[in-house]
Amino acid sequence: MKEILLLKLGEIVLKGLNRRTFEEKLIKNIRAALQCAGNFTLQKGQSTLLVDPEPDFNMKIGVEAVKKIFGIASIVVAAPCEKTFASVCETTIDYLGKRLETAKTFKCEAKRSDKRFAMNSPEICRELGAFILQRYPHLKVDVHHPDIVVTAEIRDYAAYVHGGRIKGAGGMPVGSNGKATMLLSGGIDSPVAGYMVAKRGVSLEAVHFFSPPYTSERAKEKVIELAKILTQYTGPLKLHIVPFTEPQLMIYEKCPEDLLTIIMRRIMMKVSQRIAEANKSAALVTGESIGQVASQTLESLGVTDCATSLPVIRPLIGMDKEEIIEVARKIGTFETSVLPYEDCCTVFVPKHPKIKPVLRFVEEAEDVLDIEAIIEKCVCETESIWIEGIDKI
Amino acid sequence: MEIYLDNAATTKPSNEALEEYVRVSKMYYGNPSALHKMGLEAEKIIEKARGQTAASLQCDAKEVIFTSGGTESDNLAIIGAVRAAKHRGKHIITSKIEHHAVLHTCAYLEQNGYSVSYIDALPNGEVDLDQLKQAVRPDTVLISLMALNNETGTVQPVSELKSIAPHALIHSDCVQAYGKIPLSPADLQVDMMSLSGHKIHAVKGVGVLYVRKGVHIVPISYGGDQEGIRSGTMNTAGIAAFGVQAHKICGSEEESMRTLKARRDYFAQRLLEEIPDAVINGQKAVHILNVGFENVRGEVLLHALENAGIYVSTGSACTSKSTKISHVLQAMHVKPSVAQGSIRISLSLDTTTEQIDRAVLEIKKQTDFLKKFKRR
Repeated sequence: MKEILLLKLGEIVLKGLNRRTFEEKLIKNIRAALQCAGNFTLQKGQSTLLVDPEPDFNMKIGVEAVKKIFGIASIVVAAPCEKTFASVCETTIDYLGKRLETAKTFKCEAKRSDKRFAMNSPEICRELGAFILQRYPHLKVDVHHPDIVVTAEIRDYAAYVHGGRIKGAGGMPVGSNGKATMLLSGGIDSPVAGYMVAKRGVSLEAVHFFSPPYTSERAKEKVIELAKILTQYTGPLKLHIVPFTEPQLMIYEKCPEDLLTIIMRRIMMKVSQRIAEANKSAALVTGESIGQVASQTLESLGVTDCATSLPVIRPLIGMDKEEIIEVARKIGTFETSVLPYEDCCTVFVPKHPKIKPVLRFVEEAEDVLDIEAIIEKCVCETESIWIEGIDKI
Repeated sequence: MEIYLDNAATTKPSNEALEEYVRVSKMYYGNPSALHKMGLEAEKIIEKARGQTAASLQCDAKEVIFTSGGTESDNLAIIGAVRAAKHRGKHIITSKIEHHAVLHTCAYLEQNGYSVSYIDALPNGEVDLDQLKQAVRPDTVLISLMALNNETGTVQPVSELKSIAPHALIHSDCVQAYGKIPLSPADLQVDMMSLSGHKIHAVKGVGVLYVRKGVHIVPISYGGDQEGIRSGTMNTAGIAAFGVQAHKICGSEEESMRTLKARRDYFAQRLLEEIPDAVINGQKAVHILNVGFENVRGEVLLHALENAGIYVSTGSACTSKSTKISHVLQAMHVKPSVAQGSIRISLSLDTTTEQIDRAVLEIKKQTDFLKKFKRR
């Protein structure tokens, strides 16, 4: 039986005159994300987009892909039919019959955006309910917790019958709210931070600092893998891999041990800012949360912030580790994040880092470094990879 | 050109083994257990390899069981033997320096009512035979000791075991030893030995368990009984490749051992000339050189050498993903700071003197650099 996808728009519908721009971004994102499922045509309706699949379209893959697109509040897989009440009834039996046979309770919902249709929504509901009860006498109506919600939608070109909606990813279409550059470490937090910013419609580029031979080729592969997982939400993104061994060794040699981490963080910020400016990002994004480690105390965050003139967005700032892990599991980055490849880097972790660094002292300590030259070299040696998406099997 | 010094992890398949693998896969794809002619032809391929393997071990072809590799062979030998002998006792002796295929199998048996004595190693890398003698009990049913340790390369005194415990079965994990030292069950006085294809320039996914005639072991997995106590459709091509390499090994072990040992000793000597404070872990080794450097982390050194195209390993490849100190070096009481900075270099007959010279200089360069940035 033919099925189509109805995608209900989220927050976009609240937008005013710029609504079209948002919609266009979303349509572009949907087109790109659904390519993996097959061919289809996309129609625009009132606060709804309709995906009309060609025969080669894999609905299961399509639904999974669409669930990850920001800007869609809910998803409906429906069977189209003629715009007559008889046809709606017939389609209900054909399409939902099996589920109605096994369900114990149901309720009916109706939406009529084509006001030329003879019955209004309450009438459709009532009549369809009566029809179902007559056909399936074992069913009872339960308007609060039904096993199945039989829905009829009367739209411009056709009517649609379906058995309930699937929750969408919510948020705003990626690309509708500017661009930011995220710092992607390979840990649990940073992919979650990227996800949360993307959810608000921000498109992303990612920066990763790697320190061979202190970190391995596998650690780098892991970050690429994380970026690939993120693309399901963000769309294709650029990953900038910055070789960072030399600056780290330089800091190690020349700066006081208890300030190693904070100075390293500051230089990372400066390098990231340079990359962000080149790609026209309006902000940096990190996975920091208050007090998680020494470099994430309020004082440390303050000193880190002073290294860059870009706003630093920290979406996880008030979250507990447990809460962050929950999101990481939900978005599918957790398993990759916890792969144990990055543990030979302890040389650069001070035994007793300064917990409350003072900007003036940190700046003095940095004075021995030619920071401008370090940044220049890092940016110069950066390898940028275009991450298209997750590997297709 | 890359310099591959991780031959204890796995070896490059020889051209002859690969050609045989492809030839057999293409032409003899029939199931060797099938009744028709194609089955018979495949079976003949296997029997030829069995004969070649038996010849290299100076044993009877009927004593050779083909498996999927060293791990399966160890599992089958240990679990299969102690289960068959459970009426005689439930005590096992092994060493602390065994491969995890043996250690984890023993740990599993411990959870299932068996008691296991784990024998320490001496600082030279050899298992402590005095301690082992003390551990023998009347109800000891099995002693499992490897012939050549995979991390330090130290050859173990396996041939002494039978006289120490005549009432127990003797199993030896010979995965690292096969092809590098003369090895026959008769000389070693063992009842079972495990071999692996990919350590002898054959292919991955094939191994051997030698079981002496008259020794009773029970299966650990169940099916069509294709190899008697071992079930599963036989890996004809892999077994054929194994046979090719076994045939090469047959009679050449003495010379291989001399050549490998000479290169290994040259490597050690050159390293100590360049880096006098390097510590060689374990003696009596043939093709493996385990060497530690203070104030360097083995894993970091590994990656630094990798960038120069030189491939070594830290500890055994199976433990290198966790940063724990190698259980073998721990059992030998190697200083933790040295153990942390240890790498394993393992040679093959393809390793040249030029490669060794280049590797020594690179190790010198990298350790000099890394030592500057030790953890404060």
